[in-house]
Amino acid sequence: MQAEGAQVAANAKPMSWQDEVYDLLRRHDVTQFAYVPDAGHRILIDRSLADPSVQSVALTTEEEGVALLAGADLGGARGVLLMQSSGVGNCINMLSLIEAGRFPFLALISMRGDFGEGNPWQYPMGKACAPVLEAMGVTCLRSESPDDVLATVTAALTMVFQAGRAVAVLFTQKLLGAKKF
Amino acid sequence: MPIHSAGRDVGSAAAPSFVLDRRQAVPALIGRHQDFLIVTGLAGTSRDIAMLTDDGAHTYTMAGAMGGASMIGLGLALARQDKQVLVVRGDGELLMNVGSLATIAVLNPPNLSIVCVDNGHYGETGYQRSHTSLGVDLEKIAAASGIKRTLAIEQETELAAGARLIREGNGASFVLLRVKPTEPPAYKRDLDPATCRTRLRGANVWAA
Repeated sequence: MQAEGAQVAANAKPMSWQDEVYDLLRRHDVTQFAYVPDAGHRILIDRSLADPSVQSVALTTEEEGVALLAGADLGGARGVLLMQSSGVGNCINMLSLIEAGRFPFLALISMRGDFGEGNPWQYPMGKACAPVLEAMGVTCLRSESPDDVLATVTAALTMVFQAGRAVAVLFTQKLLGAKKF
Repeated sequence: MPIHSAGRDVGSAAAPSFVLDRRQAVPALIGRHQDFLIVTGLAGTSRDIAMLTDDGAHTYTMAGAMGGASMIGLGLALARQDKQVLVVRGDGELLMNVGSLATIAVLNPPNLSIVCVDNGHYGETGYQRSHTSLGVDLEKIAAASGIKRTLAIEQETELAAGARLIREGNGASFVLLRVKPTEPPAYKRDLDPATCRTRLRGANVWAA
């Protein structure tokens, strides 16, 4: 019996860190998942689409997600905005709502334009991502390895939904791997 | 045949009429405002609603973050499926993010209605003409975005149909209320977005 159980475990596909992040968000009652489709967030997006107990909201531009999460909070719900670093640029003025309204705000950001990026178009927002978020009152935490990503997202969840802060977790290209061109 | 550039000749036969007075038309359209949680855009619509509700705790009125009203309404509608959520925003505010109509149409929440008070102008900045008085029809954009139930209102006799539509609650709806470019009600509301957040949550989340 024991040997058979071990065999099943050995054959089972190991759970990805993205799956663990999704489960972590769900354990913290995050029910609104907002995103513009993105390869770096594919697993989180697909899990939200397959989960009947959450709302999966595809946006036309990332700033819609900022306003959506404020609305979620007004209704007593928790949300997360999944976006690429380029999408951060589309959010700047809408973050006035978060800062001035003191709304809790959680964003997970798949970085482009940092470690090993081959597309020169991605560098301007890759470089500006954290500075402009910080300038708009959003605290940035970085994760560079699957070993620290869960601890980092856990810290962010506490900061956002317990202390009421605005926090972005930057999933760096060291963590995600650079896109090949 | 002259070439018509936008704003110089939009064709008088098809031109919409902006004749209703918002100070009568908005209250007539909404009716019993306590039946809704209400999110407004900035400027004129925030004053329409602050006056109507006496800056009520069931409202969230904006004074910045232009373009965000409908999406705040969507997040609220998804979170509070027990309530009918009404978004009231101007033409300028909606033009800043027409994509939100597509996002809302795809989800089609049963409890979300959007009213666009369209005066064809940017009232807050000195009544410059907006795209809607230069030929752009936001009701057609809403319908083409996939919102199934839409209505454009230009006359008093059409208000009752709009009042029914925003209360139906069986899918997202959109009402374009064309009004003349006159001043919204004068009302000194609370401009602090954090106070307004606490006020709405205090009355509707923590109290619930």
